[in-house]
Amino acid sequence: MSVMTEVTIFVLAAFVGFEVISKVPTTLHTPLMSQTNAIHGIVMLGGLIVVGYANDPLEYVIGTIAIAFGTINVVGGFMVTDRMLGMFARKPKPKPKAEGKAGK
Amino acid sequence: MIAEAVLKPGGDAATALYIVAFSLFIFGVKQGTHPTTAKRGNLIAAAGMVVAVVTTLLLDGIGNWGLIVLGLAIGSAVGFVASIRVQMTAMPQMVALYNGVGGGAVALIAWSEIRHGISLGGDIPLEELIPTLFAAVVGSVSFWGSNIAFAKLQDLIPTRPLSVPGQQVINGALLVAVVAACVDIAVNNGDPSQALFIGILVAAAVLGNLVVLPIGGADMPVVISLLNAFTGLSAAAAGFALHNVALIVAGTLVGSSGTILTLEMATAMNRSVANILFAGFGGAPAGGAGGVGEERPHTSIGPQDAAIKLAYADSVVIVPGYGLAVAQAQHAIKEVADALEKRGVTVNYAIHPVAGRMPGHMNVLLAEADVPYEQLKEMEEINPELPRTDVAVVVGANDVTNPAAKNDPDSPIAGMPIIEVSEANEVIVIKRSLSPGFAGIDNDLFYEPNTSMLFSDAKAAAGEIAAEIQNL
Repeated sequence: MSVMTEVTIFVLAAFVGFEVISKVPTTLHTPLMSQTNAIHGIVMLGGLIVVGYANDPLEYVIGTIAIAFGTINVVGGFMVTDRMLGMFARKPKPKPKAEGKAGK
Repeated sequence: MIAEAVLKPGGDAATALYIVAFSLFIFGVKQGTHPTTAKRGNLIAAAGMVVAVVTTLLLDGIGNWGLIVLGLAIGSAVGFVASIRVQMTAMPQMVALYNGVGGGAVALIAWSEIRHGISLGGDIPLEELIPTLFAAVVGSVSFWGSNIAFAKLQDLIPTRPLSVPGQQVINGALLVAVVAACVDIAVNNGDPSQALFIGILVAAAVLGNLVVLPIGGADMPVVISLLNAFTGLSAAAAGFALHNVALIVAGTLVGSSGTILTLEMATAMNRSVANILFAGFGGAPAGGAGGVGEERPHTSIGPQDAAIKLAYADSVVIVPGYGLAVAQAQHAIKEVADALEKRGVTVNYAIHPVAGRMPGHMNVLLAEADVPYEQLKEMEEINPELPRTDVAVVVGANDVTNPAAKNDPDSPIAGMPIIEVSEANEVIVIKRSLSPGFAGIDNDLFYEPNTSMLFSDAKAAAGEIAAEIQNL
């Protein structure tokens, strides 16, 4: 891939980011920030590539730490977002009302 | 591993799978912007991450499986345990920490890329070297800045602004030095100096510390959001260095969406991002808030009076703020609301866009305390209701209720959207003291004739009020 192709992808992705996020209810700002935070954990791929092709002790160490850091970012980020959003899930009312399952 | 199934790095199959992965990210974020689909959106984005990781592991020539498994195992275990154990009130600092390790990973990858280039005899092409340097600087700033943000929110270091004399000059000099060193490496790209590169990492680390230390705790959400966007951009830069399309798209997506989110937060707080980063709030109380120190007449009541006012009202609006989050009073407030509802009082919650420690944070805290979603009203929705409300209870909120934002064009917070509690028949403010809020200005609301002050810790006061209502 030529560098200008990569720049094209970069610019288009930036516009997608701007567009996708518009008109978000305030309620979802924190979960959304946390979700996008998890997505930049994608850098763990960089760690995998570094370690996967490394052949020098210091690179082993640096790369393994990078994988661990990136994985914390990904796993923790998605799980914490899931927990936050779980708080908004409709909780079963204490009333003993036989509710028909509204699921599809 | 599966010798037949390996993918050629940069080949069509690998790229196609990366396209699937980043499409899932974009779709997941889009779904994350609607309350009904947000949870699914998060899972979709996570699925995209699984696709991206598996694709990378299948790349031809990937080895050192022991180390890869070790890194993945440590990261998964730490991320899993931390996300399970964190309290909902501590969510912002958790996000800061996750953001920090992401930035740290970027800086380490950049370092290893430089080493790799040098071991191949130097001569790294500029289109790889420049993004690598960018990733190193921004990743390092983000790592250290996020750690400071975490330490401040976790009360490991004082949340008040900490600065050294000549701070701006030192920061400026450091930035110039970092840029100069980057230019030097780029110019000498035939034989880049690793020592100089490590110097850049260290200088960027000091810069990350110095930039975030002078920022007060209440501004931290904006800083974390900004650092989140930065880490995204640095991940994209790493993608340029590694020619990895998944990194470029995902990193850029986070960079641009994070920027929008940061600007929205700053607007809601009526602050500019530049102001937050360079002013060191509180150090410069904009517009001499005269009259500090002189006691103005106000009405003070106890929990019993407050309970009576509330119990005999028809409609009550609760305005929770930062103080409620700090005091962890969300469950106690819910008890007050329950006791009132048992008596037939209508209870709603007015949520200012920046209530809590982050936009939307208050909603999470109240949802944790089982407050029904329908009772949470956004500012625009509740303001027209307030003139018809009997009692408004302000719990740990200050500036977001200050009528000066509306009435006094000279006020530092002039123009900030507020919850117009002074329109209600009666106002009860639960607060530790009359001290000014985060903006450093007096709140006229406290001295209005229909306002009663209840000086107490939010949690203790709410507990006592709930007990009093039940005894009535």
